[in-house]
Amino acid sequence: MSARERVAGGTASFIDERTGAAKWMKKTLTKVFPDHWSFMLGEIVMYSFVILLLSGTFLTFWFDPSMREVEYEGSYEPLNGIKMSAAYASALHISFDVRGGLLMRQIHHWAALIFMAAMVVHMMRVFFTGAFRKPRELNWIIGVALLTLGIVEGFLGYSLPDDLLSGTGIRIAEAIIQAIPVVGSYLSYFIFGGAFPGEMFIQRIYAVHILLIPGIMLALITAHLMLVWYQKHTQYPGPGRTEKNVVGYPLMPVYMAKAGGFFFIVFGVTAFLGAVAQINPIWIYGPYNPGQIGAGSQPDWYMGWLDGLVRAAPPIETHAFGITISWNILIPGLIIPGIIFTLMAFYPFIEQWMTGDKREHHVLDRPRNNPNRTAIGAMSLTFTLVSLINGGNDLLATHFDLSINQIMWFSRIGLIALPPLAFVITKRICLSLQRADREKVLHGRETGRLVMLPHGEFIEVHEPLSPEKAYVLTAHEQLPALEIGEADANGVANPQGFKGKLRARMSKASQEQISKPTSKEMLELEEGHH
Amino acid sequence: MSETNRELEPLSDPGLPEHIHRKTDVDPLAAKKAERQVSILFTLSALGTILFVYAYVWIPEDTLIFLPLFNVTNAHQLFLGLGLAMALFFIGMGAVHWAKTLMPDHEVVDYRKEQRSKDEDRAAFVATVKDGASQAGLGRRPLIKRSLGLALGLVGLSPILLLRDLGPLPENDLNETNWKAGTRLVTDPGDRPIRPSDLEVGGVAQVQPEFPAGKVRHLDDIAQDSVLLIRIRPEEFNLDAERLSWTYEGIIAFSKICSHMGCAVALYEQTTKHLLCPCHQSTFDVTRAAKVIFGPAARPLPQLAITVDNEGYLVAKAPFNEAVGPSFWGRDSQ
Repeated sequence: MSARERVAGGTASFIDERTGAAKWMKKTLTKVFPDHWSFMLGEIVMYSFVILLLSGTFLTFWFDPSMREVEYEGSYEPLNGIKMSAAYASALHISFDVRGGLLMRQIHHWAALIFMAAMVVHMMRVFFTGAFRKPRELNWIIGVALLTLGIVEGFLGYSLPDDLLSGTGIRIAEAIIQAIPVVGSYLSYFIFGGAFPGEMFIQRIYAVHILLIPGIMLALITAHLMLVWYQKHTQYPGPGRTEKNVVGYPLMPVYMAKAGGFFFIVFGVTAFLGAVAQINPIWIYGPYNPGQIGAGSQPDWYMGWLDGLVRAAPPIETHAFGITISWNILIPGLIIPGIIFTLMAFYPFIEQWMTGDKREHHVLDRPRNNPNRTAIGAMSLTFTLVSLINGGNDLLATHFDLSINQIMWFSRIGLIALPPLAFVITKRICLSLQRADREKVLHGRETGRLVMLPHGEFIEVHEPLSPEKAYVLTAHEQLPALEIGEADANGVANPQGFKGKLRARMSKASQEQISKPTSKEMLELEEGHH
Repeated sequence: MSETNRELEPLSDPGLPEHIHRKTDVDPLAAKKAERQVSILFTLSALGTILFVYAYVWIPEDTLIFLPLFNVTNAHQLFLGLGLAMALFFIGMGAVHWAKTLMPDHEVVDYRKEQRSKDEDRAAFVATVKDGASQAGLGRRPLIKRSLGLALGLVGLSPILLLRDLGPLPENDLNETNWKAGTRLVTDPGDRPIRPSDLEVGGVAQVQPEFPAGKVRHLDDIAQDSVLLIRIRPEEFNLDAERLSWTYEGIIAFSKICSHMGCAVALYEQTTKHLLCPCHQSTFDVTRAAKVIFGPAARPLPQLAITVDNEGYLVAKAPFNEAVGPSFWGRDSQ
């Protein structure tokens, strides 16, 4: 036994004698994880969260979350002698007088953007492959909660430096709070400790940003990972992969090296961005003053779609009996996002209701094999994308020399017209892809080689698929639509009424498929070939 | 897939494909080469850390250098970041390359079991809960049950009540500004009173109400009081008699705080005489008392009636006759 083995053995027995963890550890270290590039997306989210915790802790060592007025004295000449909040002055101090401070600020901000982006793409992967299906609905809901918290956390984070841009964002948030019926102005006065902007909100959102929300997110991420662990990871369809097994590499050593290495890669890329790509140059904006504003005020991208909705809102307010209801703020700022996030959280159950499929699923769907779900996803993404475009309408107008009014009208109409269009187009594309799969299985892959037959006819040579490939294309199951008739055999109207009819239509739409080749077709074809 | 539609499946599962050995598994030379590549990657990381230390200690923080693509950039910040990026990135690359080339790549199979527990376990669980509940005797002792319900229901009130002192009640605050009849308009910045002649036709100025000596102007005041003065030719106004009387020699005063979400309405286009809010592009027509002509704002910017005092300085003729800034529930917008 080498010295190293003795040390390893000694450590293991020290821990086991105190925790009895040997059996659990052995099982854990040989835990199998399927391998696919799209499974790294969630890892990017987790790693950027760790980067955020590390870089954020560094920033707190200097950041002064106070709105006390100070006169700036520091290395950044243009602002010397200017009156500003202690928060803004300390953010400038971090940027110019702490070595590595600007780098850490930029890493923190880039990591936040990557965190949100990776979370959205991870969610798209989970949605389009149906990974949220039973038994993983709870993890999907945790994911939606994390996305929501991430948006709030990011917004509070870029509000902390108390520069002109971030103060403007806070002003808009205050207007949304103030627009809440009945209690709005009270809530606003409680949150801001009086009239806007007051002298309290930086220290309040600081507590929320560095303690409250990260704490909740950490707990949710832990629960998320424990569920992934306990339920075992999903896998893509393929030869040898079934609902009953999980095929992949063991945690020790391959996954530890790959995942651990990937953390450093994500951190390295974030550090590279922090080094070369300037982000949120707060010294250019100047301190916040409610009487001033910079042109082209933009939120970070994950807030941009909300801002775009607010911009596109029609100018409607209701004035009656001495009260005012601002529909122009409530609808885009609270009602639509509320509906979107609620539908998103409950989607797994909505789909179960539509399909009547309440079984467990561990093998992922290829997006084309569930055209209805894929189309719903494309529809939602289109809506968000159009509103995101509208959130940058002023920049689009100045950069591409367009009229802002035209962009706004495009978005207003597009928000209503384009999502259904995306739904229809996506569904057709999925069905076409299914048709192509069917062709491939039955008649092989087009090789592009043309052959002239003796009698002069040209044909293209088709090459049969390998059994593995053909299996992947046919392994999905095609459920029949639910049978909910308008009336039963005796002519009695469906007792479920409207709900039943709706469900029948939804079920029919969600099971629209190109039927995959049957075993009979395959057999006939084989006989024909020989 | 269920047993019933198995016969519908056209192809049976061919099973896991045969394992193909990598070059590094069969060729010791290739393995040796991979080993060298991994160690080169780890060495690059070490070099990155050296660059980081060098930049931290020896490159002064105000060193500007010219680099193609980056233009003039701060060398301290750039090399500090590049060093850190290298140090981290190449550890990762080394580990991943190691895993991919030299660690075993045999796929292994593990088996799943259904998430739901066995029926007898579930029954045992339900029995335990029932047993526990009956031992506690909650069902048999309604007095405890009800008083516990009352206590639990009320205990939540205290943390909510504790939050009461977060801020004062709004009272009539949102309806009031520091503008009174006769308050002088002073420049922002500068705090100088202004005469009509200080503003040329086509000119714009931001003003605040004059404060008595000693009173400090807080951001809260600016968030409510900011006013934009715009001077156009008087004949260009398209106002009713009352609103016209609120202007002075072509000078018209509006609250600068957007009636939509409270941003500063700062963009004035001289040729069209439009005011534009940069936040959500609400556009107001100056000649028609800031009527909304585009965007999500639902109300014109409140207009401040102005005139001159006997020394010839611009003053407010009256306070704003409506609340400035974004709407709120209790706002009387009639």
